[in-house]
Amino acid sequence: MIERIQVERSSRASRFFAVVGLFLLGLLIAAPFFGNRSILYLLVEIFVYIALASLWNLLAGYTGLVSIGQQAFVGLGGYSLFALTIFTGMSPLLAVLVAGVIAALFAIPTGFVVFRFKGAYFAIGSWVVAEVYRLTFAQVSTLGGGSGTSLPVEIVRQIANSRAERDSVIYWAGLAIMVGVLTVIYLILRSRWGLALTAIRDSEAAAESVGVDNYRTKFLIYFLAAGATGSIGALISLQKLRISPDAAFSVNDWTAFVIFIVVIGGIGRIEGPFIGTILFFILREFFADLGSWYLMFLGLFAIVMMLIMPKGIAGWLAERFDLQIFPLGRRIILPKDKQIAFSQFKTPETSEKRSTTKVNDD
Amino acid sequence: MPSKLLETRGLIAFYGDFQALFGIDFQIETGETIAVIGSNGAGKSTFLKSLVGLVRSKAETISFDGQAIWGKPAYRIIAEGISLVPEGRRLFPSLTVEENLSIGAYSRRKGPWNLDAVYTIFPVLKEKRTLPGTALSGGQQQMVALGRALMANPKLLLCDEISLGLAPIVVREIYQQLERITANETTVILVEQDIKQAMAVADRVYCFREGRVALEGRPSDLGREQITKAYFGV
Amino acid sequence: MDLAATLLDGVLLGGLYALFAAGLSLIFGVMRLVNIAHGDLILLSAFVALTVTAYFRIHPLFSLLLVVPLMALLGYALQRAVFNRTLGEDILPPLLVSFGLSVFLQNALLQIFRADSQRLHAGPLETWHIDLPFGITMGALPFLMFIVAVLVIGGLQLLLYRTALGRALRAVSDDGEIAQVMGINNAHLYGVAMAISLAVVSVAGVFLGIRANFDPSIGPTRLIFAFEAIIIGGLGDLWGTLAGGVILGVAQALGGRINPGYQILAGHLVFLAILTVRPQGFFPRTR
Repeated sequence: MIERIQVERSSRASRFFAVVGLFLLGLLIAAPFFGNRSILYLLVEIFVYIALASLWNLLAGYTGLVSIGQQAFVGLGGYSLFALTIFTGMSPLLAVLVAGVIAALFAIPTGFVVFRFKGAYFAIGSWVVAEVYRLTFAQVSTLGGGSGTSLPVEIVRQIANSRAERDSVIYWAGLAIMVGVLTVIYLILRSRWGLALTAIRDSEAAAESVGVDNYRTKFLIYFLAAGATGSIGALISLQKLRISPDAAFSVNDWTAFVIFIVVIGGIGRIEGPFIGTILFFILREFFADLGSWYLMFLGLFAIVMMLIMPKGIAGWLAERFDLQIFPLGRRIILPKDKQIAFSQFKTPETSEKRSTTKVNDD
Repeated sequence: MPSKLLETRGLIAFYGDFQALFGIDFQIETGETIAVIGSNGAGKSTFLKSLVGLVRSKAETISFDGQAIWGKPAYRIIAEGISLVPEGRRLFPSLTVEENLSIGAYSRRKGPWNLDAVYTIFPVLKEKRTLPGTALSGGQQQMVALGRALMANPKLLLCDEISLGLAPIVVREIYQQLERITANETTVILVEQDIKQAMAVADRVYCFREGRVALEGRPSDLGREQITKAYFGV
Repeated sequence: MDLAATLLDGVLLGGLYALFAAGLSLIFGVMRLVNIAHGDLILLSAFVALTVTAYFRIHPLFSLLLVVPLMALLGYALQRAVFNRTLGEDILPPLLVSFGLSVFLQNALLQIFRADSQRLHAGPLETWHIDLPFGITMGALPFLMFIVAVLVIGGLQLLLYRTALGRALRAVSDDGEIAQVMGINNAHLYGVAMAISLAVVSVAGVFLGIRANFDPSIGPTRLIFAFEAIIIGGLGDLWGTLAGGVILGVAQALGGRINPGYQILAGHLVFLAILTVRPQGFFPRTR
């Protein structure tokens, strides 16, 4: 007689957090009704960074693609938005989506070039490509050249009639994009595809030997991430109502800060970007007027984190308290008598006293 | 009077979370040649790597020439006088034959071994000394690996599967040279799959199985059945 | 002949780029470490030289006597205290640590020296020139820079292939585990490699400072130039890196001739084109 072994996908903790999350989402949706302008603006910034950080985490933490060039797609998305609305009269909100598609299309030749590099050289290569985009757009005078341009008033009015409405519309667009990006990422990681990514991250050779097509899988993720980043970039420029090559393709704003968020929050964990973004904005609130001291501190903080807490805060929490907010693993719950037999396999080094065993966890 | 050159008591070793050795008690006296035999995965290579500091290990004692060497980094252990001929040769591909030999002397220990001495016992290496190490045949590479380990003028020489992948006639030639070397007061621990060859040159034999010592004694005292039982555990 | 002059400029500029690249190439070869802060360390050297020349009132080239050992010491300390802890299978920790270092350095320099453009003044050396046939004049300084680049790379090659230290460095880069079994203290040797790298970086920094205006923000672009020179030339060979630097310099010079705004972009485009068509570079050393 074969005992039933249960496979459980979520723990009590994660179910609790899911309920909390839904409640929070409801609050956020309602925010424009009782929040003021600057709060909404700040929230959109937070949404943007959570989304960008989650995407970078997907690329670096799960797919093993460490890119220092995602700002290329932020800029491409922004410039696509401006081009679409100014030259084709497309509605701004639709243009945000289409900008994402355009960015994804650009990811094809871009990826073809940068994928010739491996590892750390891929990182620098992606940066070079971003620089090429920045320098090229600085030459495009119809979109403002080196100093950039503002979004024409007629187009701004297309978003919504009053300023308050505009703020709300952009806010909801930002919220929608963040939720959309997070949902897609979560679904990818929970699916078989997610297992493939973890396999690639752990050992490319081993992954190939079980039939994972490394190149195609990575390219697909890169493509999707580029598209999402493009839409986010479009939204950023829409909110700013202005675009310039240095701002749109800024390595500091769209890559350095994102990397810090992911590293400090916890790379390779879904919770990481959340924790990192919250910490980042708290730090910004208190220290940003210190200018270069603030950035020096961030740099130092990132170094120290990598040295003593390489898995970030989320990783530390997970290891210390076995806390997982987003369940990605599958836990085997053994029937009672099997648990005793299993304990014979304990090695002296592991001090696992738990009756459940984790498989395929991050 | 022969003295204990190396002694381990309760040696355990891990690869990450996986335990490979479960408490090895071992001793060797100066001038002895000991063979360590056992099937694949028995822990023989792990044992040598633990001695030299390449593998994380724990023990009640590991003492070498009167010094406790447990926990010391590999480069210090080499300086104390233990040398390893690694499994699979592991020559440095960017270095020529002569450079591979010379780097063996990095720890600058004093002794009879130098380039000339190595070329005397392995003359073919002198001809090929400017070639990259990897351009040589398997047997010649093994000679380089052996020579490289000798250049450190070790008190204790550890040989990990030096017969692996080599034709029998080549193996015999290498073991002949090994006898000349060991006649020289060098103490040797040989890990070997080729039981016959190992037993022929060894003063004592240890048989490992699944990370433990299953049998120990002089080759003349150990019967075939005894060894098979220890080797395979049946 | 204007075109010839441009080409010559490009070739000589290539020497500087090769200097940028040599240090980066060395540590990648020895420990597979890509130091994102490399460009900022070049700038740090330039600023250290600035301070030294101002304080001691000496010529920038003499400041090398102090700057080179200082930077070498910093390299050793940096490697042993920070980078050694990041080395291993995972490429992320060294990348992210060096990235953090890059941001830290840029802003530290900004804090100390402000964002003003600086320059190292080389006195009469700046205006000396050598008259070549066909009416071309070659600046003494760019020529000197190129000669120094050749000497440095030659010196590195000598070190790597004719000294015991170089042998040890090559062994460690081949097989770190067995290198230990030779009695090599890997941690120390990595420190030495980084010290050499920063010594070369400091020479590059001083020449950078003499050649053009500099400020704390231009570090990352120097890293990119170094990287491009290495890739164009092909991984693993320092002379190849020199060639790569020259090709990059020439591409930039030609681009700049068409339009000053195109200079850097031209270099990037040539780099990408070469990468697409010949990804292993022109002179890769096969291992």
